Amino acid sequence: MVDVTTKPMTKTGGRRTPQQSQLSAWSQLKSNRTWLGYWFMLPALAILFLFLAYPLGLGVWLSFTDTRIGRSGVFIGIENYEWLQGDSIFWLSVFNTLLYTIVASAIKFAAGLYLALLLNKHIPFKAIIRAAVLIPFIVPTVLSAIAFWWIYDSQFSILSWSLKKLGLITVNIDFLGDPWNARWSTIFANIWRGIPFVAITLLAGLQTVSPSLYEAATLDGATPWQRFRHITYPLLTPIIAVVMTFSVLFTFTDFQLIWAMTRGGPVNATHLMATLSYQRGIIAGQLGEGAAIATAMIPFLLGAIMISWFGLQRRKWQQGADND
Amino acid sequence: MTEAKTMGAGRAGASDDHSEGMSYLESVPRRLVTLYLPLALFLVILLFPFYWMALTSIKPNEQLLDMERVSPFWTWEPTFQHIKKLLFESNYPRWLWNTMYVAAAATALSLFASVLAAYAIVRLRFRGAQTVGGLIFLAYLVPPSILFIPLATVVFNYGLFDSPFALILVYPTILIPFSTWLLMGYFKTIPYELEECALIDGASRWQILTKIVLPLSVPGLISAFIFCFTLCWNEFIYALTFLQSVQNKTVPVAIVNEFVDGDIYRWGSLMAGALVGSLPLVVLYAFFVEHYVSAMTGAVKE
Repeated sequence: MVDVTTKPMTKTGGRRTPQQSQLSAWSQLKSNRTWLGYWFMLPALAILFLFLAYPLGLGVWLSFTDTRIGRSGVFIGIENYEWLQGDSIFWLSVFNTLLYTIVASAIKFAAGLYLALLLNKHIPFKAIIRAAVLIPFIVPTVLSAIAFWWIYDSQFSILSWSLKKLGLITVNIDFLGDPWNARWSTIFANIWRGIPFVAITLLAGLQTVSPSLYEAATLDGATPWQRFRHITYPLLTPIIAVVMTFSVLFTFTDFQLIWAMTRGGPVNATHLMATLSYQRGIIAGQLGEGAAIATAMIPFLLGAIMISWFGLQRRKWQQGADND
Repeated sequence: MTEAKTMGAGRAGASDDHSEGMSYLESVPRRLVTLYLPLALFLVILLFPFYWMALTSIKPNEQLLDMERVSPFWTWEPTFQHIKKLLFESNYPRWLWNTMYVAAAATALSLFASVLAAYAIVRLRFRGAQTVGGLIFLAYLVPPSILFIPLATVVFNYGLFDSPFALILVYPTILIPFSTWLLMGYFKTIPYELEECALIDGASRWQILTKIVLPLSVPGLISAFIFCFTLCWNEFIYALTFLQSVQNKTVPVAIVNEFVDGDIYRWGSLMAGALVGSLPLVVLYAFFVEHYVSAMTGAVKE
C-alpha cells in the first residue's frame, strides 16, 4: 500500500524542479495533484466498486434470472416479477413494510422532536441524561431485540404481569402470536430503537438556533406554540429533512429487528420486504426471486434519496454558502 | 464552509452561556409537569429493556418463571450461573473474539481508505473531486438489505464464504462513505497555510498528511473509529448470510441462531449473552460520549 502512494509522489518531486522558478509551491501542486488524487482515492473506490456498485448491478441482473444456490441461472426476463405480482405474501410484505415505515417514522419524528425540545431546556445533569438517551442506539439492535422478545414473551411477559397486577387485563397478551399484536409490537421496538438518533441529531440542530430569537418573539407576545411554529420549525427544516430521510431509509430496509423477534411470523404477518427476500433468497435458495424482492425496494429508496437531496439543497441556500 | 462551521460553533457556545435562557419565566410546578415528568417517562421507557436484560441475567432460574411469590422487578439472590455458563461452557468467548476481530480489522481498513479519500477530495481537489464526493455520499444510502443476495454470490465466487475476511472486506462499504464524509468535515477546518508552509519546506503530500493533517484531526479520527466500530458490532444481515460454521459466528448472529432452543430456562443465558455482548460497546461509549455524538450529528450536518 505504501508503494502505491509513494509512486506518484516521486513523480511529483521529479516534475517540480524544472518549473520551480516560475511557479509558487502551491500552484505547482495544482499542476499534478489530479494524479495524486486518483491514487489517494484508489483504496476507497476499489472497495466501494467491488462490494457495493458491482453487487448492486448484479442484484438487478439476478432478479431477471432463475438463479438458485449452487446453480447459475439463465435469463428469464421479468418472470420473477410476474410471479411476485400474483403472490399474496409478497403484497402482504409490501403492506407490512409501508405500515412499519410510515407509522414508525411518524412516531419517531414526533417523539424524537419532543425529546429534543425537552433536552434543549435547562435541566440538571444534562450531559448524563443525554448520554443515557443514546444508549438504545449504541447497543446492537439484535441484542435489544432479544430483550424485547423476552419482554413480549407469551407466558412470562413483564408487561402482561404488570397490566394484570394493575387490573387492566385478565389474561396474558399474546404480543408476538397474534398478527396485529405482532405488528404493533415490532413497530414499538423499532420506534424505541430509533428515537435516540432522531432526538440527538435534532438536538444538535436546536442548539444552533439563537436564543435571542426566542427572547425577541416572547417580548412581542408569542405563545410557546407560535415560537415553535415560526422560529424552531423553519430553522430546523433542513436538518429534519436529512434526519428523516435516513430514518425512513433504515426503517424501510430494516431486517434485524424482525428477524430476531418474529422471523416474519406469525403466518407472515410481520414479514418486511427485506426479511421475505432473505427467506426466499437464502433460506429457500431462490436467489433470483429474492433478488427481485430486494430490487423492488429500490424505487422507494430513490424516493427517499430525492427528498434528502432537495433537503440538502435548501440548507445550502439558507446558509448562503456555495457547494464547497 | 469553514467559516459557516466556526460560526455555528460560536453560536452553539453562545447558547450554552445563555442556557438558563428564559427558564426563569416558568414556575417549578409548571416545569415539573411540562419538563421533568415527560423526560422521566422517556428515560424509563428507553432504559427499561436494559434493566430487564441485566436483571434477568442475574436472576436464579426459579425466580424467572415464578412471578407470584417474589416481585419480578428485583432480586435478592443474584446469581452468576448464567454468565458463568456463558463464558465457560459455550463458544461465547470465541464469538466475542470474532466480533471484536472483524470490527477492529474492518474499522482499520475503512479508516485507512477514508483518510486518503477524504484528504484527496478536500485538499487535492483533483478533477472530478466533487462528483466523487457526491457518489460516496450516495453509497451511504445503499442499504445492506438490497445487497446481501448478490454479495453472497460474489463472496462465494471469491472463495471467501464462511470466512471472517468476507466481513472484513464487506463492512467497509457501510463504513467508508460515512467516515469519509465525517473526515472531510474535519479536514476542511485545517488551515491551508499550514500545508503551504510545509510544501515550501519541501514536505511531500504523504508527509503533510501523516505529520500535519492527521495529528490535527485526532478528534475526528476518534469519532470515526468509535462510530465504525459500533456499526460493525451491530451489523447482522451480512454476518448471518456469509458465515455458516458455529465457531466463526459473531455475537449477534450466534445469539439468535445458537441460543434459541426449546429450553424454557434459556432466558437467563440468552439475556446474559445479550448483556455481555453489549457491555464492550457501552463501556467504549461511556468514555467517548462527546466523540460519538459529534460523529452522529456531524455526518448529518455535513
